[in-house]
Amino acid sequence: MSKKAPINDVLTGEHYTSGNEAIAEGCLAAGCRFFGGYPITPSSEIAERMSQRLPQVDGVFIQMEDEIASIATVLGASWAGKKSMTATSGPGISLMMENIGLGAITETPCVIINVQRGGPSTGLPTLVGQGDVMQARWGSHGDYEIIALAPNSVQEAFDLSIEAFNLAEEYRTPVIMLTDESICHMFEKLVIPPKSQIKLKDRKKPKGSKKNYLTFQPDADMIPPMAVVGEGYNVFVTGLTHNEKGYPVIDAETQEKLVKRLCDKILLNEEKIRKTESHKVNDAKILVISFGITSRSAKGAVDLAREKGIKAGLLRLITIWPFPTKLIESLAQKVDAIVVAEINNGQIIKEVKEAVRKDIPILLSSKLGGSVHTPKEILSKIEEASKK
Amino acid sequence: MTVAEKKIDKSLLEAKKHPMDDLLRWDRLPHVWCSGCGLGSVLSCFIHAIANSGIPKEKFAIVSGIGCTGRASGYINLDVFHTTHGRAIPFAIGLKLANPKLNVIVFSGDGDLFAIGGNHIIHAARRNADITVICCNNFVYGMTGGQLAPTTPIDAWSSTSPYGNVEQSFNLCHLVYSAGANFVARWTSLDARRLQESMEQAIKNKGFSFIEALIPCPTTFGRRNNYENGLKMLEFFRDNTIIKNGIDPKDAEIRLGDKIVVGKFIDKPDQLTLDDRLARITKKSHE
Repeated sequence: MSKKAPINDVLTGEHYTSGNEAIAEGCLAAGCRFFGGYPITPSSEIAERMSQRLPQVDGVFIQMEDEIASIATVLGASWAGKKSMTATSGPGISLMMENIGLGAITETPCVIINVQRGGPSTGLPTLVGQGDVMQARWGSHGDYEIIALAPNSVQEAFDLSIEAFNLAEEYRTPVIMLTDESICHMFEKLVIPPKSQIKLKDRKKPKGSKKNYLTFQPDADMIPPMAVVGEGYNVFVTGLTHNEKGYPVIDAETQEKLVKRLCDKILLNEEKIRKTESHKVNDAKILVISFGITSRSAKGAVDLAREKGIKAGLLRLITIWPFPTKLIESLAQKVDAIVVAEINNGQIIKEVKEAVRKDIPILLSSKLGGSVHTPKEILSKIEEASKK
Repeated sequence: MTVAEKKIDKSLLEAKKHPMDDLLRWDRLPHVWCSGCGLGSVLSCFIHAIANSGIPKEKFAIVSGIGCTGRASGYINLDVFHTTHGRAIPFAIGLKLANPKLNVIVFSGDGDLFAIGGNHIIHAARRNADITVICCNNFVYGMTGGQLAPTTPIDAWSSTSPYGNVEQSFNLCHLVYSAGANFVARWTSLDARRLQESMEQAIKNKGFSFIEALIPCPTTFGRRNNYENGLKMLEFFRDNTIIKNGIDPKDAEIRLGDKIVVGKFIDKPDQLTLDDRLARITKKSHE
């Protein structure tokens, strides 16, 4: 009998690869062992890579009949104890929305990669967009909170894939990687660290007797320990409003208690979850806020502005949701104007306007999808802001 | 002295504990179903089948969708999931593939499984996913008030076909068999023994197994179609069903006015399942 090859889930070393492949490898390094998906441009390379790699690490890849089935099967696999994911783009993420809500109310850890393309509808299948920002936050009906991350390089696509799984496990929530076609089809250097240097988090396991286990009894941190199906805990899981046992209770009081906790477990941890990057912000008078691929052009624009003597700085959002409202409120105190650059008709700018409690100009540098901002396009908005 | 005034000897109740008690969540009873509904009978057959299967209880996971039948999982004292409308099957496939040692059973209704969830059931059968699907067919959308379902017989009345149904209905057994199911049976809720026996076989059978349980819904279907109560519908089942075991499911279509064919139609044991094939792939990838 041939010896079983060692599990090679972390491809330590230097690679020259795409954002999509980096995401696949990042998810594997994070411990992902289940992928359920449906092909869609520009995300398909993630599914292709996972179909090759998951069996090698004793994981399961399955191509489902549509995106609705994909997210449903991911939720099921997560309850069976596997770190689970799917990857898709605009039309697919729209189809997944109902079950993302099921994931939120049943507190099911999973990662959903959205490689954004231009929308609405079929839109621009092969070209970049950032128009799903508000959908990521509000896409499923009812009140809930979500975590969304936006990488701006191939390296960060890998790093944030690990972060996404860690956050999903820690907060028992679906996490959306809100990336884009440009990042995912771009080739760059990727350095994968040794396995020993990758810090992983796993969902809390129940302690105490199985008989007394209540499926949705939260600890003081608002997060309930999660039992694995098949171990005799008799979990009770429903998409209906439920009490600590998981039993449906259809009244306003239970709804208030449950939905408040679902929102608070994320909102009250905003600072802990928050990841941002600052570039020349300390003495800035014009603050540029951007994320994803657009933040690379924004950084160039800030440098060009500095050459022209305009004190510009960049705040790059890595965590998009929960939104770093407090951070932006405090940064706004020191600046004269804000420019928000994004590939949509003005989505993040709405959150920025809500965060800024000061009467300063807040300008939008918008593109509607299909191409990335040039640094000069954002520079012209910085110049406009500096004259106001 | 009325019954309520009689002193109840609690020790007597304890002594008469039903053998199936630990498979039900007594703190969730009474159930939501109407009087005359067949779901209680089917649920009873189901928990007996589970108990008789000899499979350890913790190995079961029961998944339901939305609707009257969708509530069934919530009365069972096992790992249970009440998912979104139509999506019980892909959720169940996720459970099964992530842990092939689980015995995963979908217990849901005809509208949930064959209208909104129709795409998933044919693909689950095609893949030969090793799950059991129990479909309670009441010919109608019960929970929402008796609207037209893909199982409503042509010409039958429903709250959204007030002049009679103009659409052909699905023959569920034929559909899943055509798509690749290994075990296919249909019984009414009146055929309790046979239904339970088929459930036991389906649960133990490898591969995609399907059971259609025809049930009365006097409240939303019967009353509009000249069966004013549950008893009348059961009498209809008694007088208008014929057992034809082993028949090709294509010859078991349900039409108003015709005899309804019930029986164990298909039983193909030991077929290679989706998880068998995935395990082969895993082995291959290590070479």
